[in-house]
Amino acid sequence: MAKILAVDDSASMRQMVTFTLKGAGYEVVEASDGLEALQKAKTGKVDLVLTDVNMPNMDGITLIKELRALPNYKFTPILTLTTESGAGKKGEGRAAGATGWLVKPFSPEKLLATIKKVLG
Amino acid sequence: MTVDMSQFYQTFFEESFEGLDTMESSLLNLDVGAADEETINTIFRAAHSIKGGAGTFGFKAVSDFTHVMETLLDEIRDGKRLVTQETVDLLLQSVDCLRDMLTAVQNEDEIDQATVAAVQGNLEKLLNDASAGTPVEQRDDTGDEAATPEPAGEGWRIHFAPYEDLIKTGNDPVRMFRELAELGELEARLDDSQLPAFGEMDPEVCYLRWDLVLKTDAPLSVVEEVFEWVDGVCELRIEPLSSTGAEAATQEADAGSPAAPVPEAPVTNASAPAMPQRQAEPVVAENPTEAKAVTPKKKPASGGEHGSIRVSIDKVDALINLVGELVITQSMLGQIGDELDMDLDKLEKLRDGLGQLERNTRELQESVMRIRMLPISFAFQRFPRMVRDTAKKLNKEIELKLSGEQTELDKTVMEKIGDPLVHLVRNSIDHGVEAPEVREQAGKPRVGTVHLNAYHQGGNIVIEISDDGAGLNRDKILQKAREKGLVGEDEVPSDERIYDMIFDPGFSTADTISDVSGRGVGMDVVKRNIRELGGSIEVSTEAGKGSTFTIRLPLTLAILDGQLIRVGGDTFIVPLVSIIESLQADPAQINGLAGQAELYKLREDYIPIVRLYEVFGLKPKATRLEDGLLVVVEGDGQKVGLFVDDLLGQQQVVIKSLETNFRKVDGVSGATILGDGTVALILDISSLIQVSKRIGRKHRLPDEPTPEAGPDGDAATEQAA
Repeated sequence: MAKILAVDDSASMRQMVTFTLKGAGYEVVEASDGLEALQKAKTGKVDLVLTDVNMPNMDGITLIKELRALPNYKFTPILTLTTESGAGKKGEGRAAGATGWLVKPFSPEKLLATIKKVLG
Repeated sequence: MTVDMSQFYQTFFEESFEGLDTMESSLLNLDVGAADEETINTIFRAAHSIKGGAGTFGFKAVSDFTHVMETLLDEIRDGKRLVTQETVDLLLQSVDCLRDMLTAVQNEDEIDQATVAAVQGNLEKLLNDASAGTPVEQRDDTGDEAATPEPAGEGWRIHFAPYEDLIKTGNDPVRMFRELAELGELEARLDDSQLPAFGEMDPEVCYLRWDLVLKTDAPLSVVEEVFEWVDGVCELRIEPLSSTGAEAATQEADAGSPAAPVPEAPVTNASAPAMPQRQAEPVVAENPTEAKAVTPKKKPASGGEHGSIRVSIDKVDALINLVGELVITQSMLGQIGDELDMDLDKLEKLRDGLGQLERNTRELQESVMRIRMLPISFAFQRFPRMVRDTAKKLNKEIELKLSGEQTELDKTVMEKIGDPLVHLVRNSIDHGVEAPEVREQAGKPRVGTVHLNAYHQGGNIVIEISDDGAGLNRDKILQKAREKGLVGEDEVPSDERIYDMIFDPGFSTADTISDVSGRGVGMDVVKRNIRELGGSIEVSTEAGKGSTFTIRLPLTLAILDGQLIRVGGDTFIVPLVSIIESLQADPAQINGLAGQAELYKLREDYIPIVRLYEVFGLKPKATRLEDGLLVVVEGDGQKVGLFVDDLLGQQQVVIKSLETNFRKVDGVSGATILGDGTVALILDISSLIQVSKRIGRKHRLPDEPTPEAGPDGDAATEQAA
């Protein structure tokens, strides 16, 4: 089953995402900020990255740029989780190389539908 | 699958309250007019997380409220708005409001709508105040432009020409076609005219274009949603299927070859309602106005953001309990090892092994205890706000200095020391530090200082609360003590004793009773609370220079330094912290007033004697006071002499709850297991004094009604062991 890296500085969001994804059979790796996520992504290839944007230490946008610079993650789907639905954040995310986004708040069902859409 | 969201609530509340604390302390650190970028970002992030979580977990009132806060913070962050005192005050007020809301939600109480509406109204007013900044429109959070219902047609003709770097965003045209195919019948024609010669091909670039015909009754918005993520990295045209359009498409597509993975569908000639052609607008990368008001400044991140995990206290306590057992086993083995008769070689080895076990056990115990330890910054962090508010209320100017914030102590001790600390700090501000004018007259700086300091000393944590105020007024305290009859008219106690009187019940020297402190309740409660934690408090002061309150607390409540005593065949433990001295009773100093408690004249004092064997109903070795020993202890500000048979050693004991393992027993705070496997009760001095008073009355004054002496009142005499 596909391996997903879930990045969010909010522990409750991480719990919810992880619980939902694991329940659907995905393997989940968690990280609480960009820096930790980058380290974990380097340690083992993941099939999809789900990242919050505004985080301490390293924000989601920087994380995406860093990931895209790695040969392993050139084409890996990366989705941002953001409440900022304005074109600004989405645009910034995509300019950095994000595949798409999921607007917070989202339901577990919406999360799974989106993941399924990307991973097939 | 359905997910029960309530399982995440606890974490959400915990992190939200933490976030609020962070917001509060960061707001207090903000310099009005020149806000630091990182601090603003920290505040914004906290609000943002609470909003996101509240939205996800269905706490709409919370997310709505936070949204308004966030909008304001966003403007500050983007440099569109200067940080004024008014803004900071309002944001602090909002933090309080939000904290109340979350508490209400957590306790499933009603949210105080009136307060919320008032604060939210103020926030909105500030936001709409054109003079302060550009007015903002409420951002639509659910995102996407509201999909206007569209009449369903026959389907859609889609021209899709990815820009070169579409696939570099991780998007895959095949995925999108797969999605479209789910909406209806899809026919795709590939345009590979842009494909360069094989040798010139860059494998990371998409050269292909497609013309698609989708036969579906899905509205435009649904089709657009499939292309939502590639908006701006492709050329996209979606038109309703019409007969002419369909023909044109077929003709255009003739040059291309059909794409393999999608099913072909015949295009039917049918009329569709004329629809405006929609072109995906390329996203203009927003150029955020550089924050002028925001000056970048690197600051060490406050708050523990080093890799940490959240572990429930129960688990840690279970571990501590287990380690406690291990310590007991180890000491049991140690004792056997000492007594064992074996050949020398083996004995040596056994001793080595036991020595190692002891070291390991101790280290393990210490590190497990440390899991429960938190830096005292958690208790300190509420003070900047409190000092600011209190000083404002009292028209004083006060600078708060914090040091030793990283000093760690047990979480439970920390929770219990919070209120006493607040009281002491308030006291320093109210009674210690003088009004600015008074200070200037005394040649001191206008701004007074209150300093909170923490450090480790021995097995204790020491917390000092000092101020550079007027110091305690010795004469005033003495006068007050005389008025209250605590000190005789011609009696002159030592300075130390006088200062110590501020901890006596009902003692307050405040000239006027303010609503900050000085209600006459407090210092005695502070002292009692600290004693209950096995700690002590003392004050030192210098007239005109200020006062320092020094609190000593044990690092943990799980172990205790105890003095082992023997009464008859039983061993008890007296907390070392409550022992003043031990002595051999001098019969000449014993006053056995008829029908009253026995008193012992200890220098200037008369202290009641508590015969432990009487309290616990034991058969002692010694009943005559001169045959045993008196252990002078203090509890609740009162000294008593415990009459015991013998003093044994001192040792650190692991505290076991008697309540969980047996039931609550008056006069006893817990129990421990000694190296030889016997259970020893740990005495609770304050409660023991109460019990002995009851017993004294019952034994010596049989006529007097004894209301307490019901079955529960006798608990202590029933001997638990």
